[in-house]
Amino acid sequence: MNTDEMNRGRRRFLTASASVIGGVGAICAAYPFLASWAPSVKARALGAPVEVDISKIEAGQKITVAWRGQPIFIVRRTPEELKALETMADLLRDPTSKEPQQPSYADNLYRSIKPEVLVLIGICTHLGCVPLYKPEAGSVEAGWEGGFFCPCHGSKYDMAGRVYKGVPAPLNLAVPPYQYLKETLLLIGDDSHSGGVA
Amino acid sequence: MKQKKTKIFLGLWGFIVLLSLVPSLLQAEESSVPLDKANIDITDLPSLQRGARIFMNYCSGCHSLKFVRYSSLGEGIGIVDASGVLLEEAIKKNLMFVGDKITDTIQRSMTNEEGAKWFEVNPPDLSLVARSRGSDWLYTYLRSFYLDPKRPWGVNNTVFPDVAMPDALYYFRLQFQHEKEGQAKYDQAVLDLVNFLTYVGEPVQLVRKRIGIWVLLFLGVFFVFAYLLKREYWKDVH
Amino acid sequence: MEIRLVGQRVLGWVDDRFPLSKLWNEHLARYYAPKNFNFWYYFGSLALFVLASQIITGIWLTMNYTPTAEGAFESVEYIMRDVPWGWLLRYLHSTGASFFFIVVYLHMFRGVLYGSYKKPRELVWLIGMVIFLCLMAEAFLGYLLPWGNMSFWGAQVITSLFGAIPYIGDSLVEWIRGDYNVSGVTLNRFFSLHVIAVPLLFVGLVAAHIIALHEVGSNNPEGVEIKKTLNAEGVPLDGVPFHPYYTVKDLMGLAGFLIIFCGVVFFLPEMGGYFLEAPNFEPADPLKTPAHIAPVWYMTPYYAILRAIPDKLLGVVAMGASIGVWFLLPWLDRSPVKSIRYRGFLYKSILFIFVCTFITLGYLGSHPPTPILVLVARVCTAIYFLFFLLMPIYTVLDRVKAVPERVSH
Repeated sequence: MNTDEMNRGRRRFLTASASVIGGVGAICAAYPFLASWAPSVKARALGAPVEVDISKIEAGQKITVAWRGQPIFIVRRTPEELKALETMADLLRDPTSKEPQQPSYADNLYRSIKPEVLVLIGICTHLGCVPLYKPEAGSVEAGWEGGFFCPCHGSKYDMAGRVYKGVPAPLNLAVPPYQYLKETLLLIGDDSHSGGVA
Repeated sequence: MKQKKTKIFLGLWGFIVLLSLVPSLLQAEESSVPLDKANIDITDLPSLQRGARIFMNYCSGCHSLKFVRYSSLGEGIGIVDASGVLLEEAIKKNLMFVGDKITDTIQRSMTNEEGAKWFEVNPPDLSLVARSRGSDWLYTYLRSFYLDPKRPWGVNNTVFPDVAMPDALYYFRLQFQHEKEGQAKYDQAVLDLVNFLTYVGEPVQLVRKRIGIWVLLFLGVFFVFAYLLKREYWKDVH
Repeated sequence: MEIRLVGQRVLGWVDDRFPLSKLWNEHLARYYAPKNFNFWYYFGSLALFVLASQIITGIWLTMNYTPTAEGAFESVEYIMRDVPWGWLLRYLHSTGASFFFIVVYLHMFRGVLYGSYKKPRELVWLIGMVIFLCLMAEAFLGYLLPWGNMSFWGAQVITSLFGAIPYIGDSLVEWIRGDYNVSGVTLNRFFSLHVIAVPLLFVGLVAAHIIALHEVGSNNPEGVEIKKTLNAEGVPLDGVPFHPYYTVKDLMGLAGFLIIFCGVVFFLPEMGGYFLEAPNFEPADPLKTPAHIAPVWYMTPYYAILRAIPDKLLGVVAMGASIGVWFLLPWLDRSPVKSIRYRGFLYKSILFIFVCTFITLGYLGSHPPTPILVLVARVCTAIYFLFFLLMPIYTVLDRVKAVPERVSH
């Protein structure tokens, strides 16, 4: 009788410990398979930060560059456009950028490191179309003071990428990580020294 | 008893047969020319770095390493600062002659057509040459060029007869010519280069061996528990 | 306690709709296997493990592999260098292919040792032989995929063998390749066959193999039929339930196997050029044949037989016959006993000679043919076929011993 119970206990212990060790082994074996889905060295290389020379961008002009397969809008805003930003609040869903759509250095009225140069990820926060740049007054509707218009479902954003009320898009256009390497040289995708060059 | 003796005899015989396969298993490829042994040590980072420099200066004009990235190479052979960050500028200045991004693969400026036209045989990519030819072969080959006026480049090679490659290390070798123990120093430099090519052939080899030790240790522990579990259950069976 | 009751109710719900408990009992908890399984009986479950491993690593490799002539070789190096843990996936798959054959050859040899192919298990053996053919096809198809120089030339040589068939030969070769030479077209179709067609067939055949086995019950090293001696409940006296006794024993076998397998994967993945061949680290070059073309080690015995016959068509026929003759084994063996333990000295010596011959043929197939080696290969080929052709005679002449009723220990 006694030996039987001892055996049962020993059997349970051995089954449990073999199962635990085996389980640990199975998890360790599964790890490389799951980890192999992470971006490869090649993908990380292709997704590397992009340098952009902004010296030739004129006031009121927008250029588009690619970073990680996404369109990045870089706009040199005019002083008038910057002034107009202050009075937009009533029309906007998130005028003070409460939602986390930008890094801390873009958490200001202009949503940029330097007021004149706007850097945005050009992907509508509704369903992902690329919005059009519409700087001219009245070009989208009466009273339009410049901004971005998404043709897919009619979402509107101002000249800081802030989303209007009453449109399908829920959030402001996102600001990517970026920094100034020089006065006229941006690095999109890397903000290790942000606060930028003065 | 006789059955057991037969089994032991057969087992021993089988073991001896398998043992005799071991010498052939340890060779990479047969060669009719006797090869010098290359003492490869890819943990020797300074050697790998010297080899990288020789390759970039004397070989990369004709031979690409198209499966290797400058950044991966730099990290692998220790061109990093104290905290392990890649020294991009050092690589760009000393090793990068073609390509502009640190993550680029090591290409050459010659095209395949140009290579075939100028050299009869397009100089092949060397990323895997240490695995296809073997380190001993490379070490001997690079030290076996001799003058032969019948060949287009005026040289031939005892390890690779009528090879289409010129003696690329000729000018490199000149600096050792009048030095004391110049031959030994040249051999060491070639060893550095072969060390480098061996590393490049399979950069992960040190990592895989390190992980392998842990895997085998773990499996050893697991085997012990699996055995004890089996023995416990089989006590039931008579 | 609560969890156990809930579990029972869930199981009851499933059992009303799917024979889960019934299958569990029929094939595991109340499938009675002989209690005297020895070392040779590990290899069936190990083969199942290697199959699962090849499928899983194969699926993962396919996520990063490019099946075109332009991209294949480079994609393998991409897996080795750029994909996190890609090198491990590759080595597991390449080592797994060779270990699959080691395990399967030992599994088949067990059948020879203990007469597991004899009545009533002939169908288990036949299905197993078809699985073996699938395994060789799968290995051959898979070997082209890295698009190395040996991959290319191996495929070129083996597909050209079909040209030996009279009248239709050359068209057949072109049809198989999809092109005038082995090319990217061949690669694409071999990829499809290797990744999905043959694996599906394989899994179905393995299921059939196990079902056929369970229908008649397993053999054992004594060759005694355990179903002949049952207890009052109809359970074989010399049997034990597969679960837990053999699940636990096979787990231990798996642990031991993994030590050897991982030893190779992490420390010797090339196995001196036998598992990963040196010429295959050069990309495919239709203009440059490797110095010595040889198939991978597991096909070398049949390749040696092919080369031993001086006529192209007869060589192909001989090679086919050397594999086909295994199918006839259940009917060639006329011995009244199953297991080698009860056979005589005549049979044991002949089997020993056959094994040596098979290994020698393998060695010959992996080396270039010199005149002496060709002679040896011809002698070995003759011995190989005589082993089968004379079997109906020497298995009757062989002086067997009396087989016991029960399994002893």
